[in-house]
Amino acid sequence: MSRQISISVCMGTGGLAAGAREVMEMFSVELASAGVETTLHAQKHCDLHRVGCRGFCARDVLVDVSIDGTKTTYEQVTLDRVARIVNEHVVGGQPVEEFAAGVDYHNFEDKQLKVVLSECGLIDPEDIEAYIKVGGYEAAKKVLATLSPQDTIDTIKLSGLRGRGGAGFPTGLKWEFGSKEQASQKYLICNADEGDPGAFMDRSVVEGNPHVVIEGMIIAAYAIGTTKGYVYIRAEYPLAVQRLELALKHARQKGFLGDNIFGRGVKFDIKVKLGAGAFVCGEETALIASIEGNRGMPRSKPPFPAQKGLFGKPTIINNVETLANVTYIIRRGAEWFASLGTEKSKGTKVFALTGKIKNSGLIEVPMGIPLRKVIYGIGGGIEKDRRFKAVQTGGPSGGCIPESLLDTHLDYESLASVGSIMGSGGMVVLDEGDCMVNIAKYFLEFTQAESCGKCTPCRVGTKRLLEILTRITEGKGKANDLVTLEALARDVIDSSLCGLGQTAPNPILSTLKYFRDEYDAHIIDKRCPAGVCKALLTYTIKEDACTGCTMCARVCPVKAITGEKKKTHYIDHGLCIKCNSCYDVCKFNAVDKR
Amino acid sequence: MAGLATSLGAGAASNSLEQIKDADVLFIFGSNTTEGHPIVSLHVNAAIRNGARIIIGDPRRIDLVKFSDVWLNLRPGSNIALLHGLIHIILRDGLQNDEFIKNRTEGFDELREAVKKYTPQYTQQITGVSVDKLEKAARLYAKAKNAMILYGLGVTEHHTGTENVMAIANLAFTCGHIGRPSTGIMALRGQNNVQGASDMGPAPNVYTGYQYVSKPEVREKFERAWDVKLPTIAGLKSVEMFDRAIEGTFKGLFTMGADTAHTDPNINHIWKAFDALEFFVVCDIFHTHTTRFADVILPGASFAEKDGTFTNGERRVQRVRKAIEPLAGMAEWQVLQELSKRMGFEMNYTHPSEIMDEIASLTPNYGGISYERIEKQGIQWPCPTKDHPGTTTLYELQFNRPSGKALFVAVEHAGSGELPNTEYPYVLITGRRLQHYNNGSMTRRVRGIMELSPEETIEINHADATRLNIAHGEKVRVSSRRGEIYVKAEVTQRSQAGNVFLAFHFEDALTNILTSGVRDPIAGTPEYKACAVRIDKL
Amino acid sequence: MTTAIAQDTITLTINGKTVTAASGKTILQVCRDSGIYVPTLCYDERLEAYGGCRLCLVEVKGQGRPLSSCTTPIREGMEVTTDSDRITRLRKTVLELLLSNHPNDCMLCEKAGACTLQELVYMYGVRYDNYYGEMWNLPKKDDNPFISYDPNKCVLCGRCVNICQNVVMKGTIDMTGRGFYSKPDTAFGKPLTPDICVFCGQCVSACPVGALTEKQARGKGRVGSVERVRTTCTYCGTGCNFYLNVNKGKIVKVTSDYAAPVNKGNLCVKGRFGYDFIQHPDRITKPLIRREGVTDTSPEVLKDPMAVFREAEWDEALDLVASKFMELKNKYGPDSVGGFSSSRCTNEENYLFAKWVRVALNTNNVDNCARV
Repeated sequence: MSRQISISVCMGTGGLAAGAREVMEMFSVELASAGVETTLHAQKHCDLHRVGCRGFCARDVLVDVSIDGTKTTYEQVTLDRVARIVNEHVVGGQPVEEFAAGVDYHNFEDKQLKVVLSECGLIDPEDIEAYIKVGGYEAAKKVLATLSPQDTIDTIKLSGLRGRGGAGFPTGLKWEFGSKEQASQKYLICNADEGDPGAFMDRSVVEGNPHVVIEGMIIAAYAIGTTKGYVYIRAEYPLAVQRLELALKHARQKGFLGDNIFGRGVKFDIKVKLGAGAFVCGEETALIASIEGNRGMPRSKPPFPAQKGLFGKPTIINNVETLANVTYIIRRGAEWFASLGTEKSKGTKVFALTGKIKNSGLIEVPMGIPLRKVIYGIGGGIEKDRRFKAVQTGGPSGGCIPESLLDTHLDYESLASVGSIMGSGGMVVLDEGDCMVNIAKYFLEFTQAESCGKCTPCRVGTKRLLEILTRITEGKGKANDLVTLEALARDVIDSSLCGLGQTAPNPILSTLKYFRDEYDAHIIDKRCPAGVCKALLTYTIKEDACTGCTMCARVCPVKAITGEKKKTHYIDHGLCIKCNSCYDVCKFNAVDKR
Repeated sequence: MAGLATSLGAGAASNSLEQIKDADVLFIFGSNTTEGHPIVSLHVNAAIRNGARIIIGDPRRIDLVKFSDVWLNLRPGSNIALLHGLIHIILRDGLQNDEFIKNRTEGFDELREAVKKYTPQYTQQITGVSVDKLEKAARLYAKAKNAMILYGLGVTEHHTGTENVMAIANLAFTCGHIGRPSTGIMALRGQNNVQGASDMGPAPNVYTGYQYVSKPEVREKFERAWDVKLPTIAGLKSVEMFDRAIEGTFKGLFTMGADTAHTDPNINHIWKAFDALEFFVVCDIFHTHTTRFADVILPGASFAEKDGTFTNGERRVQRVRKAIEPLAGMAEWQVLQELSKRMGFEMNYTHPSEIMDEIASLTPNYGGISYERIEKQGIQWPCPTKDHPGTTTLYELQFNRPSGKALFVAVEHAGSGELPNTEYPYVLITGRRLQHYNNGSMTRRVRGIMELSPEETIEINHADATRLNIAHGEKVRVSSRRGEIYVKAEVTQRSQAGNVFLAFHFEDALTNILTSGVRDPIAGTPEYKACAVRIDKL
Repeated sequence: MTTAIAQDTITLTINGKTVTAASGKTILQVCRDSGIYVPTLCYDERLEAYGGCRLCLVEVKGQGRPLSSCTTPIREGMEVTTDSDRITRLRKTVLELLLSNHPNDCMLCEKAGACTLQELVYMYGVRYDNYYGEMWNLPKKDDNPFISYDPNKCVLCGRCVNICQNVVMKGTIDMTGRGFYSKPDTAFGKPLTPDICVFCGQCVSACPVGALTEKQARGKGRVGSVERVRTTCTYCGTGCNFYLNVNKGKIVKVTSDYAAPVNKGNLCVKGRFGYDFIQHPDRITKPLIRREGVTDTSPEVLKDPMAVFREAEWDEALDLVASKFMELKNKYGPDSVGGFSSSRCTNEENYLFAKWVRVALNTNNVDNCARV
């Protein structure tokens, strides 16, 4: 009896970008030349397979080698490392310690609680059998065999699951609305149009474990009483689309989708609809318009999609993460799910942790975990050990949370109470080098450009908000600008048609609330404290630090710096274009900007 | 209109345009509604958006085909076969409305016999419409909760026009789709006041409101009102007047507002008739092909220069209001009054409203109509009394025939009066275009319209154009047994192979030189919709 | 019967007043039915509610956020406030934002006096300079015979797009661009041509401001200087109503009658733009009598009618017609003469014509072109 050896290579988008395909091939070659039999998917003594995203994309390509159940994770595996791993570990039985994942990886991995991502990175996303082997489709089978639609809804209600798309509406209740509607046709839509910049939660789930979403949809469809489902997914996610299509094909072949699911006479199938990358199409009614073939523009609610949605028929829209959760709730029980998280926010939440943080990547944590634990525990603290300034949650329409509120718990209500939102799970960490006015401007630039143009407050209001912010960062701010800014921000929130406009000013209001001094510095002192806003900066060379190395004078594109060798240099402010080249090039920290 | 009059008892649309949007099925037959009646087509659009299923019966691939469930692309002149083919399927499958047939119709047994031979296969042979389409259309129409038929001149402008309409009525009766809102038969009328002109009795056999000249009590009523002794026998139809003019027994004619020398078919014959008249008076607002035969031309007033009423296709009497003074100083009602006075018959109306009051007093259907009542909304006749609200849906309780029942008429397929042969191999269908109106005397004088649609073109199918080696935009000769015209070719998929299409809006491309003199013997309507032509490359 | 009504009606309060209305109606419809004014820009009775302009916002008790009354169906027991400080402030903000990207050249504007934006700005007393920033400076588009489009005046109410897409179902125009740069336009900004546009002018009829106007009517008279005469269209038998706009005896424009029973303000290219013929120089304005001895009746006559006919006064012409018909009637009998009238004439004229033939010519030889 030979040993059970399993080698899994992370082939999410992050892994592939880092060269996972080549690494995989190299393993194949090396295993062959070392005389180890390998077959993809075959349960021979050495199994080499691809897995979905592992979350810690910064350290890709990640490879797990496990021998008889003892697993070693290698990080940043490159082609030249493959031979040693095969020879020393696979053949020789000795893990290659110097390539093994270090403390950061374990900090990152071990402090998470993975539910939705529990099988991402473990199983081959292109192999339905791999999913079935870990208990896949048992939940859907159980529902169709033993539960009535109302029982199913009750189970989800009992679990306390709330929509993971942003608003946090109780999923069971939404389904109940859908199930009570009488109509010739109803629709279920899985919203995989992840539009927040920097967010890749749903993408990773669909890439890493598409079947868990399909299974969730089967359960939802049965509960609501619909035969037609759509996955609305952005065309910019080619790998996710490809794996989803493949998974749908396999599920159909198995009879898990179609006219007679699991032989129980239940009918349901899923179509994939590609979105063209409009942020607003993440909004339910705009998404519906887009599927209908119209311009993706939202409409007012009520009536809600559950009453009048796609093609005028009752439509339930759940996001990817919500539907994945559904599968696990049925598989492991509503009570189990309800035991996770806080009183009002149950289960876990996936976040895309980015920004000025040491360990960036995809994480899943129980609801209610303090922000501090995420940032300093999983995230490993701030890059270059600089000072934390704020964390921005909820994507471009979220808010910025300052250091004083770092003990805020990650749940819907707590985040809302500090002026931010859960959103779909974006989390951007900002440090002392970030200008908060500029950050607000950055998010406004995004939302105002993504406004569909339908309603006046969002179309013109966000534009005017952005212009006021731009003027402030350019040093043209006026004393009453903050009054105007705040008032207009509130009016835009109050009067906009859809979620985009209703939340777009959040970054302004939260930065005004917590970082008003930075605004004042821009307007009154004409100074950007973080040294970001170019128009407000003055570059000078510190006499005591300058060694006269002439580097700055050489890189200056406008010849604004003069000085003799080994003597202090000077910047002509009339010529300086504030390109920051001198600051970057100076090895002696002699260039000062303020 | 004679068709509906025979079958239903009144020559008018049975329902209201407003009801179109609530129909479950619309059967649009011989009407390019989008171009011929653009605003009616908006009601059709509303129905489509409400989920109505659409059946189109038209030889051309008109715009509405793209929204339709079935396109019955029949050969020109095969209307009766098509309709009776549909009825055959409905009866075969037992989809007819037996209760309606039993309680509200007569003549069903004769119809059942007549449609027996129109099996789907036989109907396909005659009409060219596939069996599948026939089956689908029959089921759609018969199973609908409320199905409405809209028909246009593609039905009536055939030598079997009247019978075509009767066949349409047969279909509606078979399924009981009449006498309720959003059902019935809507005739889409060509000109603005076709309904009103018919209602007002400038017709050889009836006075206003279709009251027969031959009925003594009617005639006596008019004699009393007009204080004159009236002739007792019916007069000549217009075609008969023209024929007698050529024969030399008809001498003097007054034409008001019609350009017969342009718009009648086989116009060479008309020109001959007008030439033969001893005295010819034409009242019009522009010089036309008709005015050139005149001895006296009286200037007419446009609709903007006078008060009056028009009655639309859903029997709604609505106000026309004077916006500017008549350019020639007098409107027609004043001219007629002056003329009458000069001939010894005093007329002293001071305003057209007084004329309407007189009409109301003599016409039961218009009995309740006055300018005061129609000031805001107009009223749909029948409106017999001053407190009657008008009628949106006809035949809710009974039909206008003596028995109160609708009549199935067992008509037979007869085909077109002139069929294509080797010398004249194409069937010419004539019709209208969106931008133009009738003889074009008005629309050709709208600068912007002439920019959009400056000249006549002949629609010809790709396959035929290839065979004739004719390119899009190339000028061709179109000739029939009666004459020829020169127009540019518009190579298209709109007309099916074997059919070509022309409108008749231009003075320099007189389509009606080509059209045949074959007429519907009952109504006298010319067969504009089918004649045989040849196309020659120049 | 009474229970049926009870099921179908809903009782709610608007501004503290109890109102009963049919279920399925929106708050805005109920307000309008009850004579409560709620401002709108994007609402058009011909269209499904759009909810874009945000002027019709109202407060509904229990709802944190104001709701657009045009899209919100009424519910039993709803408590609606149409006017509060908050609502007024939001409406003012919306108007100020619109003005911040609007030319504000009302003095030159074709729509002045009939412009909803102008009216609302006046009513709410807002200024154009509260917000400032980038303004559109887009080229005007009128390279077609009938429709003039000044996008700089557009308030993005979407009515033109919605009527083209959903009522006409032609889809000539749609919203293009995103964010601040969204605007109604044709695909790729192509000019309007008969290939893509039916020139019904529904877009013009739906525009609440001066963005879409009748090209031919520009500079010929605004609402204050024209007399509007409601009448029925002379083209086709549908029976559309519209207003003829008359300025100093000249017909300058056709505008929609939104209350018209058949067409609800909708018109086609002929009805809306086909009025040039009325005062065209080709009109025959004097009676004409064939010149002595001229017998030409060929199509050549149309090239120079005055070579064949001479002008006459009404008296001369009418005397001639009367005497000629009397002569023929006496000489050949009444059945040798007759009359032919037209579907283009009014009911009264058709009636009078038939009466004249029957009374004065004493024959039933009268027909009309309805059979043609």
